[in-house]
Parts: sequence; C-alpha cells; structure tokens
Amino acid sequence: MTRRIASAQAHSRSSIESLDASSSRRRSHGLVPKLIAAACALSLCGLAAAQQSVEVLHWWTSGGEAAALNVLKGNLEKQGVKWNDMPVAGGGGEAAMTAVRARVTAGNPPTAVQLLGFDIQDWAKQGVLADLNAVAAKEGWDKTVPTALQAFSKYDGKWIAAPVNVHSTNWVWANKEVLTKAGVTTMPTNFDEFIAAAEKVQKAGFIGLAHGGQPWQDATLFDSMVLTTGGIDFYKKSMVQKDKAALGSATMLKVFDRMSQLRKLVDKDFSNRDWNLASAMVISGKAGFQMMGDWAKGEFIAAKKKPGVDFICMRFPGTQGMVSFNSDQFAMFKVGADKSAAQAKMASAVMDPSFQSAFNVVKGSVPARTDVPDTAFDDCGKKGIKDLAEANSKGTLVGSMAHGHAVPAAIKNAFYDVITRQFNGQIDSKQAVKEMVAAVDN
Amino acid sequence: MKAPFIAKVVLSPSVLLIGACVYGYIAFTAWLSFTPSTMMTDLSFAGPQAYVRLMGLNNWQLSVKNLGIFASLYIIGCGALGLGLAVLIDQKIRAEALFRSIFLYPMALSFIVTGTAWKWLMDPSIGLERTMHAIGWQSFAFGWVKDSDLAIYCVVIAAVWQTSGFVMVLFLAGLRGVDAEVVNAARLDGARPWRIYQRVIFPQLGASFISAFVILAHMAIKSYDLVIALTNGGPGRASWLPSLFMYQYTFTRNEMAVGAASAVLMLIAIAIVVVPYILRETRQGGGQHG
Amino acid sequence: MADRTIASTASRTLLYTVLVGFALLFAMPLYVMLVNSVKPLDEIRSGDMMSLPQVFTWQPWRDAWSLAQIGVQATGLKPYFINSFLMAVPGVVISTALGAFNGYVLTMFRLRGAHVIFAMLMFSVFIPFQIVLIPMARTLGLLHMAGTVPGLVLVHVVYGIGFTTLFFRNYYAAFPVELVRSARMDGAGFWRLFGRLLLPNSGPIIVVSVIWQFTNIWNDFLFGASFSDYSSFPITVALNNLVNSSTGVKEYNVHFAAAFIAGAPTLAVYLLSGKYFVRGLMAGSVKG
Repeated sequence: MTRRIASAQAHSRSSIESLDASSSRRRSHGLVPKLIAAACALSLCGLAAAQQSVEVLHWWTSGGEAAALNVLKGNLEKQGVKWNDMPVAGGGGEAAMTAVRARVTAGNPPTAVQLLGFDIQDWAKQGVLADLNAVAAKEGWDKTVPTALQAFSKYDGKWIAAPVNVHSTNWVWANKEVLTKAGVTTMPTNFDEFIAAAEKVQKAGFIGLAHGGQPWQDATLFDSMVLTTGGIDFYKKSMVQKDKAALGSATMLKVFDRMSQLRKLVDKDFSNRDWNLASAMVISGKAGFQMMGDWAKGEFIAAKKKPGVDFICMRFPGTQGMVSFNSDQFAMFKVGADKSAAQAKMASAVMDPSFQSAFNVVKGSVPARTDVPDTAFDDCGKKGIKDLAEANSKGTLVGSMAHGHAVPAAIKNAFYDVITRQFNGQIDSKQAVKEMVAAVDN
Repeated sequence: MKAPFIAKVVLSPSVLLIGACVYGYIAFTAWLSFTPSTMMTDLSFAGPQAYVRLMGLNNWQLSVKNLGIFASLYIIGCGALGLGLAVLIDQKIRAEALFRSIFLYPMALSFIVTGTAWKWLMDPSIGLERTMHAIGWQSFAFGWVKDSDLAIYCVVIAAVWQTSGFVMVLFLAGLRGVDAEVVNAARLDGARPWRIYQRVIFPQLGASFISAFVILAHMAIKSYDLVIALTNGGPGRASWLPSLFMYQYTFTRNEMAVGAASAVLMLIAIAIVVVPYILRETRQGGGQHG
Repeated sequence: MADRTIASTASRTLLYTVLVGFALLFAMPLYVMLVNSVKPLDEIRSGDMMSLPQVFTWQPWRDAWSLAQIGVQATGLKPYFINSFLMAVPGVVISTALGAFNGYVLTMFRLRGAHVIFAMLMFSVFIPFQIVLIPMARTLGLLHMAGTVPGLVLVHVVYGIGFTTLFFRNYYAAFPVELVRSARMDGAGFWRLFGRLLLPNSGPIIVVSVIWQFTNIWNDFLFGASFSDYSSFPITVALNNLVNSSTGVKEYNVHFAAAFIAGAPTLAVYLLSGKYFVRGLMAGSVKG
C-alpha cells in the first residue's frame, strides 16, 4: 500500500509540474483580450446594437394554430422584432400557467403570454402586467373591441392585453349525410327537437352526440344548457353574478336534468376522449352531432369538409341570438425598458386587421375587432361574425363559464367538479344543484 | 478518526443546499398553509382555514382514498413481481442480460414517452380490447380506464410495469449477496428448494425489502406524470391522487393555501412511513470506520 | 456461490415459460410504440395497433427529429437534445461527486451529528417537487439564474444529492475496514484516502449513481418547463409540446418516433450498463 501511494505521489507531482508549464504558456497568449471579447458578446458594450425581441409563451403547438401564429411571427420579423418561442403544450394551458407562475415569481416573465379570461385579471391584480394605453389610444381599440371582451383586456382603465380572437362555445356541428340517412330533415329549433333529432340518429345506428368526457367538455355542454333553458338573464345571474337564488332554482334543476338527457346520447367510450377525436367521429360519419366551440371547425376544414355541404354549423337550438364567448389574448407582462418597444409593436401587430383576418380564418374563431371585413371567411365564419356583432349590440354577449370567462378559476373548477360528477352519474340533479350553490363559497 | 476541518467543509455545500432548498422550502410551504394565499404568495397569517377547507373537500377525500388503494397495490404488486422475477432470473438462466433489460427498460422512459402507448393499450375502442375482439375473443372487456371506479387500477398497472424491473434488480442484488454457507447447509439437510427460499433466503433479504419499500413509497407519493399521461385524473375526478390535488389547487385553481395544506399533510404521512426506516438506517453503518 | 437453483426439466420449462410470458407483457408497450412509429398515418387510423406495418416508412422518424411542429417553428426535437445534455451531464457529474464526498465523510470519520445529517439528507428525497416550484423560482430569480441552464443544473443537483449520498454512504459503509485502517496507518490523509483508496474502488456505485441521476434528470418535465426559457428548455418539454397539443390531427406515428428519440439516451444508458447496475447494487449500496 505504501509503495503504491509513494509512486502515485511521484506521478502526481510530475503531472502538476507539466500542468504549470502548459498554463503559463497559455497565459502568454492573451487571456485579457479574450475576456473583453466575451464581455462584448454579452452585450455589455453597445446596447444600441441589440435587436428587439419578444419572448412569447403559448400553447398553440400544432398544425393549424401554430401556422396561424406563424403569421404573427412573420409580421413581427418584418418590423425587425425577433420572435423567441416558448411553447408549453397541454390541456388548454394548464402546464403553461404553471410555467408562467414560476417565471413571474423568479422575476423574469416572458414578454407576452397567451392567457384566457380571468387569468388576465388575476395577473393584473398582482401588478405585473404592462400598460398598453399608448398603443390602444393610437389605434382606437376602445371603439373596435366588443365591450364584453374589454372587461378582460382592461384592468383599472388600462389596456393590459391584446385580444387575438373571439371563440364561441354554444355551437353544434352536424354531419349532413348522417342526418339525412337518419331522416332528420329540418334542423331542430329548441332543446326537445334536438333530443328528438339525436334520438333519430341513434336509431339509425349512429352515435347521437359525439362527446369527450373531460370536465371542460362537460362544462361546454353545460354552457349551452344554461342558455337554452334559462335564457340570457338566467345565465348572467347564475354564471356571472353567482346569484345563489338562481343557482339553487328550479331552472338549474331542469338544466341538470337536461344534461342527463344528453348523457343518454353519447357512446359508452366517451370518458376522457380528446375533443378532436370526438370531432373526428362526426367528420367520419360515425356520429351525428357534436356540441363544441368553433375551434372544432378547424378540424372539419383540415379534413377538407365544406360548411353547408358536408357539415352544418348552427347555434345550439334555443340559443340563437346569444353568444357565450372566450377570447385568447396576449397579456403583456412588465419587462425592462429595452423590451417594451418590441412589446408595443407586438400588441399592435396582434390587433392589425389583416392579421386578425388571416389568423381567425385558420383558427375557426372570429376577429376581436368588429371592423374587420368578413370576405376571407367561410360561411360558418361569416355567421360567427354576424352573431357576434348582433350579440354585442343587443347585450347578449356573455363570457363562457366553461372557458374561464364568467367566474374565476377557483369557482370555475368547483363548478366543473359538480358538472362532471353529475354527468357521470355520481350525483343526481338535486344534489348537483345543492353543490352548485355551495361552490360559489370559494 | 475524528473529522478534520476539511471534512466539514466538504460536507457543508450539501448541508446548506438541502437545508435551504428542502427544509427551508418545507417550512415555507408550512407557513403558506396558514396564509390566505390564492394565486401568488401572500404571507399574512390567516389561521387554519386552509386545513378546514381541505378536510371538507370531496376532491381531497377522494385523492387520499385513491392513494391508499394505489400505494398499497403498487407497493405490494411491485414487491411481489420484483421478487418473483428476481428469483426466476436467479435460476442460472440463459440470456439473463436480455431478460433483465426487458424488465428494466420501463424505468428508463419517462411517462410523457410511454403515456400515449398505455393510453392506447387501455382504450377499449383502439387498444387491447379491440385487438382481442379481432382475434376472436369477443367477451374480453378491458374498458377500465373509462370506468370511474376502476380507472385507478389502470394507473396501478402502468405504475407496476414501470418500476417492477428496478425492484427486481434490487432483489437480484440481494439474492446474490445471500450467505452461501447457510444455503448449502440447508440443501445438504435435504430441504426442498421452495423451503430453502422461504426459511433461509428471504429472511436474509430484509435490507432489500426495506430499500424496495422506501423507493416504492417515494414513487407512489410522487406519482404525477403517470396519472396525468394516463387518465389526466379522470374520468371526471376519479383517479386523482394527492400529488395531482396539490398541483391543481396551487396552480390551476389559484388556491395556493389549500395546496400548501395538502402538501404539509402529504409530508407528514411520508414522515410517518419513512422516518422509522431512516432512523434504523442511520444507526448502523455510519462512522464505523471512524 | 450457493446453488439455489431448481434443476428438473419440467420446472425449467415452466420457469422459462413464465419468464417469457412476463417479458412479452413488459415489452408490449414498447412494441406498440415501435411498430406504430413506422406506419403511415392512415394505416394507424384504420388498422389495428398491434399489427405489423403494411407500408413501412421512416418519415415519422425524420419528422420527429427535424420537421415536427414544436410551437411556432417546425424544428423537430433536434435543437432540444443539446439543451437536455447541457443540463444533464453537469447535473449528473456534480451530484455524483457531492454524493461521493458526502458518503466518504459520513462513513470514514467521527462527526458529531452525522446521523442527523444523514437522516435529513435521506428524507430530502421524499419531497414532492410541486412544493418547491414557487420558492425555487424565487430563489433562482434572486440568484439571477432563472431561465438558464446553470439554474436547471443547480435545481437537479440539489434534489439529487439525497439519493447519491444514500448510494455512496451505504457503499462505503460496507467497505472493508482493514484496508481503511492500514491506509491510515500508512499516513493517508483526507484527500489521499479518498482519491487513492476509495474512489478507484467505487466503480460499481458510481455507475449506479450515474444511471439513477441521468434517468431522473433527463426525464424530468416539471422543472424543465418551469425554470427554463425559450433558449434553454429541455427535450421533455419539446416532446410534451409535440404529444400534448390540444388541437389538430394527432400524428401518432410521429409521436411514437419522437418518444423514442427523447428516450434514446436513457435507454442506451440502461441497456449498456444494466450489468454494472446490478453489480453496483450488490456491492452493499442499497442493501443496508
């Protein structure tokens, strides 16, 4: 052992000596100039030469949506702003929201974040969103953005987010051929006619309602049920104002009973099915109807189906004239002065009418500005634009509960719990009504 | 030998990092559970209201119940399967390396990787059930993942698949370290193979059992990726586990105090299970070379 | 080594049958992923997930590597591979080194409070990661390391020390006492005892530590998504973006190919060093 250690010591001594020699040689080759070069690369000198850039956190990571977002990226790059993409996919933004929270806590928020509804207001309350009033005033956003939307894009009188689109959730998508085969000749105009039509489809051997049993999808159905059963005032009272009398009323009981009727129309494997697979069932002719927001149109278009010819888009029977909406917005976080110029450019680019048209044609939604011409949109898109303008003027434009535009996250999720359990038969309608009342106590 | 100063210096980075980033954060979380924090941290004191709310939440009770089912089935399942496979592989079989690799590879892959495959396999319309029907076995039904009561068992199956190989390796190492003398003596006495295992070998695997238990318990508590990938907590809320609950309430529902309270309870439960083992471990071993 | 085996032919046949049966069950998901990663999309939609491909195509693999949509740009997984390596390699090296030092100090010296320190290090492995997200984000922000690869390395090192210390400590606890004693009598000091005697004989446990840490760090998603920014996010985040997109046609074949590419390093590590893994565990590490 001693011999080994001794020889090892000899070895290490010689290797240390050789190390010394080589490092002194290196030193003479100019370490200092190298340091200066490195420091400059880290832009410690010449800030003016730094390029403008925005870091965008979003969850539009696939096919059509990513392509639509690419349009924005291209527009910004033409103005000399670099797009740094930070995508975090998953379930309507859940993983993204966690990432945002971590980033804000760490003090380096992304420049722009895709946010929905109350999340924007919640972040604004924390005081971390930037003021966009300068851009908004210059471009006249107050006049062109629907008032119901502004409730989410503005906080304390200041614009804090640029809305990209307006989706609507009270749509029904139907396969024309399936309906014809089932003997459904006229479109239903109220709930009972809808049930009758769907039952006809079932009898003809197809699936009545293509549905994915995820809580948010169950809640999307619920949106339409509340609208068609109680009308716009009942919706506002129960879903937006959280009025306990409305939540515990006989009308709400009827809503849940109607959810149970819908439950009888779905197939046995509906649990946890992704929404686009449910759309695929309608597209391929396995099912007759799907109740889904207008992002479903993207699936139909991608499958090369034509509105009016292959598929029909209509408001849920009984809800024509009302629009329950949700809007994707890019909320701008407070960043350093060097980034805010780029941020303003991005906000402006988002609200640009030609971008709004190009993006929404692909996405299936409707522009967030009422002054965008509808020439590029297909029939369903044109109908959506018309419905939105009408609802905006009549005051029947309401935020979708299912998509975070009626109540804050805590209550929304509490509602989800009740809705999904009732839909899955774990509680009955009476119990569900009781729990809805209790849910707003969060 | 008494620790020289340098030894303490060497140890200190770890102690500091763990002290701050584990125990400091645990203390922070415990504090949070007594605050009214919702979306971001609010450090004012609010009493035990988060705990009161937590106990009344249906989601929490379901999560805890699911954890009981999941953890016990997972630990017993992995333990039994791991031990069984280890015994089989230890029988001087050919292609041991191949078998070992096949059982071990699931541990290498993350659940984002394998989640989709499992979701497929378990989906009645495109997975195993459909394949069995196609082969001709019409009465085969495997729609558990769509059933509120049975979904959690699907999570168990996928979890056992993922970790059994590692437990097998643990037990294999343990088996190969068993005292040869005693086994030979038993064999010479004419004991049947199964008896030898039962009376001589398994008792010597005590340390392996405990290590396996600790590792499995740790993974059971931490399972998050797995549930998300397989069922996303569904159908409805039927396969929620406390790790999912904590994530949901802290991040998605903006109820940070409730999430923190659930985390504290989780930690206490872990401590109850694991601290006895830790104390036993630290009594023996350390410092004997001192 | 004692003969614990079962000899008779009938039993051996049964033994192999059972083993092969389990092996098939274990391999099933892997088979599903492999087989469907080389089928064109229409075949996946219309066909049986278990059947072999009628049309064989490598395009899904090409897509996954460099053409698939990850966010706005269609870059595939290639750029994020590097990020994961930059994060994983230092993370593994540093946490293993710290574990080795800790194990050494805790077993070879009389230290007051060694038991407590070891107990606390061991308990640290049980902390659920969701708890640490917010406070760690704050800490990284204060250290100006948020969104950087070094920040991610730090996080992974911190939460890996518990395991690596456990491995090394148990290994060194089982180290032959006589060798240590004689080395000390020969005058070996702190560094020499470690560098000349213990470390060269730590091969198996280093392998165990490296395998464990590499797997955990490479496969982590939560920290990767929360503590990185657009320039540093690892391959698990990219894979998640590919697989969990909420809209559009699900290109399952590309997803499976991507899953393999993302899992390839860890698979390679396991397959190549599985033997050393067993040996390392045998050499007293986790046996206790």
